[in-house]
Amino acid sequence: MKSMFKLHATALLTAGALALPAFAQQAPLKVGLMLPATGTFAALGTAIENGFKLYVTEQGGKLGGRDIQYFKVDDESEPSKATDNVNKLIKRDNVDVLIGTVHSGVAMAMAKAAKDSGTLLIVPNAGADAVTGPMCAPNIFRSSFSNWQQGYAMGDWVHKRGHKNVVTIAWKYAAGDETIAGFKDSFQKAGGKVVKELSLPFPNVEFQALLTEIAALKPDAVYTFFAGGGAVKFVKDYAAAGLKKSIPLYGAGFLTDGTLEAQGTDAEGIHTTLHYADGLGTARDNAFRVAYVRTYRLPPDVYAVQGYDAAQMLAAGLAGTKGDISRKADFSAALRKAKIDSPRGTFTLSKNHNPVQDFYVRQVVGKENKPAGVAIKALADPGRGCSMQ
Amino acid sequence: MTTATFLIQYLNALQYGLLLFLVASGLTLIFGIMGVINLAHGSFYMTGAYMAYALAPWVEGHLGGGFFVTLAVGVILAVALGYVLEWAFFSYLHEREHLQQVLMTYGLILVFEELRSLIVGDDVHGVKAPEWLAGSIPLGDVMTYPVYRLFMSGVCIVLALAMYWLFRHTRLGMRIRAGSTNREMVQNLGIDVSRLYRVVFAGGVALAVFAGMLAAPVSSVYPGMGNQVLIVCFVVVVIGGIGSIRGALLASLLIGVVDTFGKVLLPQAAGVLVYVLMALILLWKPGGLFKAG
Repeated sequence: MKSMFKLHATALLTAGALALPAFAQQAPLKVGLMLPATGTFAALGTAIENGFKLYVTEQGGKLGGRDIQYFKVDDESEPSKATDNVNKLIKRDNVDVLIGTVHSGVAMAMAKAAKDSGTLLIVPNAGADAVTGPMCAPNIFRSSFSNWQQGYAMGDWVHKRGHKNVVTIAWKYAAGDETIAGFKDSFQKAGGKVVKELSLPFPNVEFQALLTEIAALKPDAVYTFFAGGGAVKFVKDYAAAGLKKSIPLYGAGFLTDGTLEAQGTDAEGIHTTLHYADGLGTARDNAFRVAYVRTYRLPPDVYAVQGYDAAQMLAAGLAGTKGDISRKADFSAALRKAKIDSPRGTFTLSKNHNPVQDFYVRQVVGKENKPAGVAIKALADPGRGCSMQ
Repeated sequence: MTTATFLIQYLNALQYGLLLFLVASGLTLIFGIMGVINLAHGSFYMTGAYMAYALAPWVEGHLGGGFFVTLAVGVILAVALGYVLEWAFFSYLHEREHLQQVLMTYGLILVFEELRSLIVGDDVHGVKAPEWLAGSIPLGDVMTYPVYRLFMSGVCIVLALAMYWLFRHTRLGMRIRAGSTNREMVQNLGIDVSRLYRVVFAGGVALAVFAGMLAAPVSSVYPGMGNQVLIVCFVVVVIGGIGSIRGALLASLLIGVVDTFGKVLLPQAAGVLVYVLMALILLWKPGGLFKAG
């Protein structure tokens, strides 16, 4: 299960070899997918892979005129195995490009390995600021977001809704800290005051003590970062504690993404910000959603979009080098200039290789995150600690 | 912190402590009486939560539904599961070293997680509290307290009393206590210790599953939920004294208080406070608060 070779390309290769005298066949491009196939994030890994392959299929199975050969490693969202896993792809399989991953800790190990080996890396989810901050490199790109970005997008908007005093609550780990820091940056710039920053150790889900604290502080609103099981429990506990009626809850998009079924009516009406929403209604997004559902019989989500765009970014870079990925400087230059026609809306890349993108405000209506306007347009990550120009 | 807030926090602490006790009591039973370190205990808790999610529709269809009927079905299944597991695996572990026990029960964690993934998938699920417990009572001016949480605490207290009665005042309880002190002697007196152990193990599993089912409406149901509970349960067992139900109760309540007030008063250290408590108590009483046997 650890790694699987997909050698369907072998047939094509053989065919190519037979035709060799006629024209020189380029070897297939080796794409290393390092995504979670087991564990909590398995569904996210599947969505990213589906999205990536959907774009490749739409291009007739080729990017930059080259066939694609996939190499897969299940990263299990396990940072302690990350370095070994990524080296399997880099050293054993000699991949040309790495795609991964969901978990920030694993992504950091991948970024380190990519930086050391010079292998091209496209991160299709993990939001750790450092990937496009201190770890930034000419060969490291991200198709998703930075934690800072998703927090920053909400601050100004919450202030505009008339909330002056806000309490924040999040897990005490990188993603939580960075998202809250982003929120504070823009909320305080707008003139708001963060009364108190509550936190609890990751992945602790005993919220009752902190909810009591919120009730005692009586802020105008609460801003939060939780994901997965923690997000479900927090939203339900918040409603059960009677706080939802009197103190509105705002959050980073993952508070209500993939969790609405379990949250039920307790999530109704909650506003979150993310770079994607269900049913944006643009022609580009509609086409993507229809194609995705038709191919995989699954509803598309933000992870599928990020996987899809990772493939688009790879294609954009290859277009600038006529399929030759070894021309690293040209590849990087081409991708930095590219406009990615994403289902989320067109985006470009900032100097630190993170998407410059619109962030949507979404409101939970029934079982969907419906778009309720744009929170902030063309938001770029500041890339603190990144020395690339 | 005002007096009202302080009292509500105390209620939170009590409620968390009692639930913790319910999960940990099964662990301390199995550990103390059979001498088996059961890392898979958290998996039983998770199994319980998933049962609450998956059994409710089935019970509704076949037995007419009802919260208590679902609980009863879950507990019966848990006893059966515990009985079979003891027969198939744990009966070989009594006499083995702790390392082998840890290896095997860790293996069971992986098996349970994978089975969960295959059978119900990796999604997060919510479980509804029964209609008649779904309300909440106002506490202070903005906060309300869910009735279900109070109900949970009540159930935990009743179970604690029932366990006390079982161990102190019944023949079965006497045999179990004797079996934990001197296995060979009890065997020589003509009591089938293996069967006794099987009963204890089934009971321990049932307690964990019951705790999972009871907690499901407030904790929600998600992959890996058992592992989080497992660690703090071991802290409870160690603080309370291995095998002591009374110790487990006191330790759970202590951890409830330290954890709740730690999060509010010392948020930077909230993650380690429980372990600091454990270290301090072990320095003072190396065998835990109430060492059994």
